Amino acid sequence: MATKVVMAQLSPTMEEGKLVEWKVKEGDEVSQGDVLAEVETDKANMDIEAMTGGTVRALLISEGDVVEVGALIGVLGDPDEDVSELVDGAKPKDVGEAEEEEPEAEEESVKAEDGEEAGPEAAEPEDDAETTTGTKPRTGRVKVSPLARRMAEDAGLDIARIEGSGPGGRVVKSDVQAAIDAGGAEAQAEAGASGQAAPERAAAPTAALRPARLGDERIEASQMRKTIAKRLVQSIGPVPHFFLTTEIDMGRALDLRKALNERLSASGVKVGVNDLLVKVAAEALARHPEINASWDEDAVQRHGSADIGIAVAVPDGLITPVVREADRKGLAQIATEASDLIERARNRKLKPEEYTGATFSISNLGMFGIDEFTAIINPPEAAILAVGQTAERPVVEGGEIVVRRRMRVTMSCDHRVIDGATGAAFLQTYRAMLENPLELVS
Amino acid sequence: MAVITYREALNRALREEMNRDENVFLLGEEVGEYDGAYKVSKGLLDEFGEWRVRDTPIAENGFAGLGIGAAMAGLRPIVEFMTWNFALLAYDAIVNSAAKMLYMSGGQYNVPIVFRGPGGAALQLSAQHSQVPDPWYANIPGLKVCAPGTPADALGLLKSAIRDDDPVVFIEGELLYNMKGEVPDEEHVVPIGVADIKREGADVTLVCHSKMVKVCSDAADTLADEHEVEAEIVDLRTIRPLDIDTVIESVKKTNRAVVVQEGWPYSGIGAQVVDDIQREAFDYLDAPVARVSSLDVPMHYARPVEKHILPSADAVVKAARHVCYLD
Amino acid sequence: MDRRTLDRREVDLGGYEREQLHDMLSAMLLSRRFEEKCAESYQMGRIGGFCHLYIGQEAVAVGGIHALRDDDFVFTAYRDHAQAIVRGIEPRAVMAELYGRVDGCSKGAGGSMHMFGRDVNFMGGHGIVGTHLPLAAGVGYAIRYRGGDEVVLCYFGDSVVNGGPFHEAFNMVAKWKLPVIYVVENNSYGMGTDIERVAAVDRLVTRACAYEGMHSERIDGQDALAMHAAVAAAAERARGSDGRPTFIEAITYRYLGHSMSDAAHGTYRTKEEVQAERKNDPIATFSDRLMEADLLTRGEYDEINQAAIDAVEDAAEFAENSPHPEPSVAYDNVYADEFRGGLDRRDAWR
Repeated sequence: MATKVVMAQLSPTMEEGKLVEWKVKEGDEVSQGDVLAEVETDKANMDIEAMTGGTVRALLISEGDVVEVGALIGVLGDPDEDVSELVDGAKPKDVGEAEEEEPEAEEESVKAEDGEEAGPEAAEPEDDAETTTGTKPRTGRVKVSPLARRMAEDAGLDIARIEGSGPGGRVVKSDVQAAIDAGGAEAQAEAGASGQAAPERAAAPTAALRPARLGDERIEASQMRKTIAKRLVQSIGPVPHFFLTTEIDMGRALDLRKALNERLSASGVKVGVNDLLVKVAAEALARHPEINASWDEDAVQRHGSADIGIAVAVPDGLITPVVREADRKGLAQIATEASDLIERARNRKLKPEEYTGATFSISNLGMFGIDEFTAIINPPEAAILAVGQTAERPVVEGGEIVVRRRMRVTMSCDHRVIDGATGAAFLQTYRAMLENPLELVS
Repeated sequence: MAVITYREALNRALREEMNRDENVFLLGEEVGEYDGAYKVSKGLLDEFGEWRVRDTPIAENGFAGLGIGAAMAGLRPIVEFMTWNFALLAYDAIVNSAAKMLYMSGGQYNVPIVFRGPGGAALQLSAQHSQVPDPWYANIPGLKVCAPGTPADALGLLKSAIRDDDPVVFIEGELLYNMKGEVPDEEHVVPIGVADIKREGADVTLVCHSKMVKVCSDAADTLADEHEVEAEIVDLRTIRPLDIDTVIESVKKTNRAVVVQEGWPYSGIGAQVVDDIQREAFDYLDAPVARVSSLDVPMHYARPVEKHILPSADAVVKAARHVCYLD
Repeated sequence: MDRRTLDRREVDLGGYEREQLHDMLSAMLLSRRFEEKCAESYQMGRIGGFCHLYIGQEAVAVGGIHALRDDDFVFTAYRDHAQAIVRGIEPRAVMAELYGRVDGCSKGAGGSMHMFGRDVNFMGGHGIVGTHLPLAAGVGYAIRYRGGDEVVLCYFGDSVVNGGPFHEAFNMVAKWKLPVIYVVENNSYGMGTDIERVAAVDRLVTRACAYEGMHSERIDGQDALAMHAAVAAAAERARGSDGRPTFIEAITYRYLGHSMSDAAHGTYRTKEEVQAERKNDPIATFSDRLMEADLLTRGEYDEINQAAIDAVEDAAEFAENSPHPEPSVAYDNVYADEFRGGLDRRDAWR
């Protein structure tokens, strides 16, 4: 009776075997237990033995072939037996040379692993441990117990507007209960209308980053960067911005500056365009006190002096030194103070009181060739002026196309403090003063 | 209601069940002539004879295995370990044989057996004799694990364990044996897998079992008297299967939980309870669940160090105040 | 094997009926053919996991189990296919178990190492070395507890005699006079370690000397009749209220590797040794002896052998056609009763 010789399962995990060597040839007589072949498994080289005795009638695979476990690889039988049916019926399926395919697969898996490893880490959101304990609406991550979150949702309360008394400012059951007891959602809505309003978006979630790729670099945020991030998020979130743009003819202003500098050359003071812009802004603010103001919960606070912040780019960020009472200072003094402040800002030598408490800010990106842009208000200021470059542009004057030195400015306004018309009126003054510097002294 | 000790309650359960079912027998070291190392089996040898109250050699793997074989043959053995520390020698029998027999025989051989004895620390027995075995067994599918904390529960649960058709690991406490409590005079059976509210309260749930029931009870008194916190005590009684429904119901009411166990913190029973709470009661939590357990160290011999290592009512009070945001 | 040290010599055929002898031959041939089929099926990938074959040791199982009554009990270790079949579990059910199918004797939950047959008091194949010896003592305890006269026959391998459960069980059965017959199948090797390299005695049977009241003897495990006679005597000794346990050392030999993942010979034994042992084949010597005594004809042998082949082929076909278990049976038989709260409560995401 013919017996099949199959690729034996020689280990529990073996799925295929490679024929290393036939130990017999067709026609050989074998007895039970004789070694027929040496096979390379996933673990070791092992022998396939004859389960019965007989004559080797067929050897169906060649040395080096890799076949699945259970595949027919040979036939034992009587010397004169017809085994053609067995032989023809089951041509072994070659699963191929494993070595050839391996490198590619390996490469892919390495790639996948890289992506997986770098992804979550890079995308991990910052956990801001600082908490807001005041009554102002909080932004960023709001800590809240699961129960408090559910209670607030059920009561229609905005969790961001509830002060947390738990560890790290966590809003807990008792906080929500107090808010409910105090009148719940209605009270909260009223508070919002009268000035305690929280931003629509309580949190500014960090968008998930794309998985890190080769060449990407993760730079930990400096404290300054973190503060900028927090301040600006506080602004663009809760502060309802609107923007006004105008284009100013700078010809006369620049001429004036030139003349001034010639006169001041002996004193060593040099007036820059920025100084001019600061001075003009301060004057305009003096005439439009509704712009020189801040939103303070349930009131608009108008400021008694125009303290102008000048946005200064420094490595890893920007800082805004303040020229105090610019409305009461002459151009030369402004120029002297600003020059000192800016230099110390670049050297990180400013004291906190020198870069906080402005009532209005100016950000000038003209030196970078920017024509116009919008700036984000630095709260609690109510406006910021974004200044583009002064460039020669064709202008129609009295039906003629002429070339003029023009500068575009865009003022971002806090709508809670400034309305469109008041903002426009201010800009009108500002423009007029620059286009006709005599206005400055009128 | 009579007031008896935990020890007497266990003795009563053994006697009642041996009278009720002649297939029930007790074996272990010192259970017969000596009346039990902790006198739990007092008087039983005289009453039932040596084939039903069998003194064994000190060979835990051997006599635990013998019990399992007898259970496969239809008897209902109660294997007493002098303490659960010694049962580590029988861990193979309990885990590989008792817990697996029904499963690997395709449902043919169940193993109705009780393994019982004291677990946890007593007084100054140091590292090898003070261990809490609860999680070692609660981890094993096929076993049931009971750990009663009062005389009435000891009586009622042991009776259920003896009547159960599966292997039951029954963990007592040396320091519990003298605890007194009211026990019903009539037949008293406590079902396996049902927790018990030992004290009602609205502010925080204290989850516990075995010796920690007393610790939590003391803590609850302090919380009420000195901190105006009303604690609810959930005594698990059985730790596999765990009656998590009762725990969840309580947490939904109090919104806070402190899970207390005598054993080590790492992979302890409390870890399982906390997992269940966060999964099934997440939206009801007002604070992260706190755990109180032994320190993560072997038991020290010196009394002050031992006391420091073990969980105390004071620690439970602190944890409860913490989850109530009182600190 | 040093047969000069055997305690029991050739057993007289006169004490056996022709039919009884044919039954023993039939059981040995069925075991042999069954295990050969297992090897083939394993190599075809039909059987998974560990698979320990019994080829060469058939006389130990057949001689011993054929000496028992139907109400006696049998335990063995993980080399358990032959014991299961000889004890009376249908070859179909054993093969289906090996294939991991619902019609397996353990419903496909146990596999090669865990054959169980409650109907025929086959109390299991046990996978941890030595762990079932105390269990067998426990069944003996239950028999004595109830005043019964059944006995327990417990097989195990030679590696067991050096471990704790062996001594703990022996001490208890000897002390309490439990009706247990322990049979060590000494095939010389615990997996790939020669027993002589790790045991501090030459004759394993002498281990029993430490336990008063335990009868012991060393016999030729390749002789089915010697095995039968020894177990029959042991059973008689054990039955009744003042019975005594017995320890039998059966000298035998396994022709194949420890499991299907091992070579038959290699680092620990030579091919020549295996071939020499094969000359003492328990089936061949038994059938030759019956033929010489005119208790068996060549035709009868062929008939019995063909019946074994047919039964095994039938078993394999049955196993092949038996359904795979549904994945949901994972929760079956973890507990005998309902698990309060649901066993699957924490098993999400399947």
